[in-house]
Amino acid sequence: MSDATANQSLTTADGIPLKAALARAEARARRRAFLLVLPLLAFILITFVTPIAQMLHQSVYNEGFTMHTDVITGERTPIMTNVKEWFDENPVGTEPDEEAYAALAEDIRKLREVRAAGSAGTRINYERSGTRSMFTKANRSITGLEPPYKEAFIELDEEWGAPDLWQVMRDASTPYTVNFYLAAIDLKKSPDGGFEGVPDNRKVYVNLFQRTLFLSVLITFLTFVLGYPIAHLLATLPLRQSNLLMILVLLPFWTSLLVRTTSWIVLLQSEGVLNDALVGAGLLGDENRLPMMYNQIGTVVAMTHILLPFMVLPLYSVMRPINPSYVRAARSLGATSWTAFWRIYFPQTIPGIGAGALLVFILSVGYYITPALVGGSSGQLISNLIAFHMQNSLNWSLAAALAALLLGGVLILYWLYDRLVGIDNLKLG
Amino acid sequence: MAASQTSDAFVEFDRVQKSYDGETLVVKDLNLTMPKGEFLTMLGPSGSGKTTCLMMLAGFETATHGDIRLGGKSINNIPPHKRGIGMVFQNYALFPHMTIEENLSFPLEVRNIGKSDREAKVKRALEMVEMGNFGKRRPAQLSGGQQQRIALARALVFEPELVLMDEPLGALDKQLREKMQFEITNLAHSLGITVVYVTHDQTEALTMSDRVAVFDDGVIQQLDTPDKLYEEPMNSFVAQFIGENNTLEGVVKEIRNGVALVQLDDGELIDCNPVNVSKAGERTRVSIRPERVEFNKARLQEGAHTLKAEVLEFIYMGDIFRTRLRVAGNDEFVVKTRNAPDQKRLQPGEHIEIGWLPEDCRALDA
Ligand SMILES: Nc1ncnc2c1ncn2[C@@H]1O[C@H](COP(=O)(O)OP(=O)(O)OP(=O)(O)O)[C@@H](O)[C@H]1O
Ligand SMILES: [Mg+2]
Repeated sequence: MSDATANQSLTTADGIPLKAALARAEARARRRAFLLVLPLLAFILITFVTPIAQMLHQSVYNEGFTMHTDVITGERTPIMTNVKEWFDENPVGTEPDEEAYAALAEDIRKLREVRAAGSAGTRINYERSGTRSMFTKANRSITGLEPPYKEAFIELDEEWGAPDLWQVMRDASTPYTVNFYLAAIDLKKSPDGGFEGVPDNRKVYVNLFQRTLFLSVLITFLTFVLGYPIAHLLATLPLRQSNLLMILVLLPFWTSLLVRTTSWIVLLQSEGVLNDALVGAGLLGDENRLPMMYNQIGTVVAMTHILLPFMVLPLYSVMRPINPSYVRAARSLGATSWTAFWRIYFPQTIPGIGAGALLVFILSVGYYITPALVGGSSGQLISNLIAFHMQNSLNWSLAAALAALLLGGVLILYWLYDRLVGIDNLKLG
Repeated sequence: MAASQTSDAFVEFDRVQKSYDGETLVVKDLNLTMPKGEFLTMLGPSGSGKTTCLMMLAGFETATHGDIRLGGKSINNIPPHKRGIGMVFQNYALFPHMTIEENLSFPLEVRNIGKSDREAKVKRALEMVEMGNFGKRRPAQLSGGQQQRIALARALVFEPELVLMDEPLGALDKQLREKMQFEITNLAHSLGITVVYVTHDQTEALTMSDRVAVFDDGVIQQLDTPDKLYEEPMNSFVAQFIGENNTLEGVVKEIRNGVALVQLDDGELIDCNPVNVSKAGERTRVSIRPERVEFNKARLQEGAHTLKAEVLEFIYMGDIFRTRLRVAGNDEFVVKTRNAPDQKRLQPGEHIEIGWLPEDCRALDA
């Protein structure tokens, strides 16, 4: 109350209330500032926000079983409408009756007309393998199919009578679904509508997430252990020598990733330089050469090497400006060189450690090319599987769901980091 | 070598040399003895080796040759943290990630002093520099002068007998610097600590110190009390470096009865005090302080040599008048006179005769 009266008494020279005048002046400045950042905003929106939004949408939306888009004309035709109708009329768990199979036959005729049996079958195939061929087969034989359709379909392929197939079709008949997320954490819907784990032999993703997390932590730790002394050396050497060393650190950036990865193959493979040397020196029998390539060791070694600069550079940029007189002061105050390091030097480098670790960790969580080349089967990371679903199985929705989970995980870690260390403590350069 | 040459020697540099690159000597044959409780300042131009001497004493650089002794014991092989020397760095070097209290208690912690004892000492040290309310702040939240005091408190909190300070006031403005100069000397004397202080500000050196060591080119040019240093410089570097100074060049004609007759380059003759010349024929630089020059005939000695001078400029500076003259071809000859009621104000263009007492005019090395 008293505030308001106080404000009323404050006016500018020509009688406009001070607050209004201030707001107007600030609004103008804000508008101008906004115009300046507009191009950047548009760029970020187009290149960053949109794809991520699209990916997130794709992970819960797949219209492979509800809509067909003609590749050439771009014309969109709804498909599987009759089955959808039957699903709407009958609750979950209803045994499919003759009416259902008739609707299916009608829909498959429509699929044949627009040549969409393959893509519709693929959508069902994502969740139940072997179904795509059932659809293409039905597509071929539909003209000869006579009522009663139930028997006819089961004659065609016994699987058409399986209740969980109908459950999958029911789910797929609405484009919005969480099934891809379930699949991404090794779960699926049971016929009664609950969740259940996929069979043990098909559990891949949780395992892979765990492995990705573990290897990323390991790689981050290794880059820190290797990078800290290097960065310290760089920061304390005279400028001329440190520039030379810096070139060596940056050299990896200037050579092709493929070349570097290949050279690791040459070094580490079982017929490679290192094994040959060990065998030649008699340290190792010829028959038990160490497997260091096409497994996790290969992935860890190559990625540690490749990501090392991302640890060294933030550390260096934090260490360089640390005045040597801090450590000297600590020493003159009676600290041993270890105490001076641990109590005085190290705490001042924490922002660099945080930045480097975050950078390396986030990069390695999403790393793709190196594990693909040197990882074998045990050294693959989650990104490799995402790439597989993008390029080979063409299950984009699953790829999107996996990627979204990865994104979520990284964001959670980022949040945790902020709570524990504080983002404003981060120093990248 | 005897453990102690003089019984009261506390800090001793004994023929110390230092080279960083193996080619040039940064410190050349340094000999210095300090009694306990002395405030000694190392003064000299940039690059003259002051910091190097301090670093050798603190243990961050090793002497290439010679011996440094503390309390009679050689410290060449004692690591810095065992020397027990307090140090104030030029940039203060307060630990930025610690509060002021943590900064101060750090030297106590590494000495394993108990918590309550530690807190009491920190409190006392903060009060000593009148910063009692700032304990919870970080160094970045203090002004330059406040940081300086904290640095001082931190160097003193563990009660060292010797404190080194490397240009601790370099970053402060003039007024604050003068205040801190006063506070530091007061504190040092009341605590009875021995201080080695480095500066290249000569006023600071003269006002603060018991003795001043003037450095140039890695050599102590003169080690003396401030008044001796100003009034009786032993060579032309010291004469030039300390205070304002007029120089005239010439050749020694003869030395008789402790007075040297010098013929200046333009042929005029003057009487000088032969400080750094020993025989006739030597070239010399003659040094006279501006306030010792006299142009009032009545106050000059009978029969003293005088020189002709032309007034070039008269500057009124409040308490003093500063008059620039042309003397014996030198346009930068300055005379300072006190602003007294009977003082004559010289006018540019005026021709006068100037003179001085022979002992004020020192014939130094060329
Ligand atoms: N770490 C070093 N390596 C090589 N040369 C050095 C080193 N430190 C100092 N010097 C050289 O030694 C000489 C003396 O340096 P020092 O720092 O002692 O001078 P200073 O008297 O403290 O000067 P200032 O008043 O500028 O601080 C200089 O010529 C300097 O270049
Ligand atoms: Mg110095």
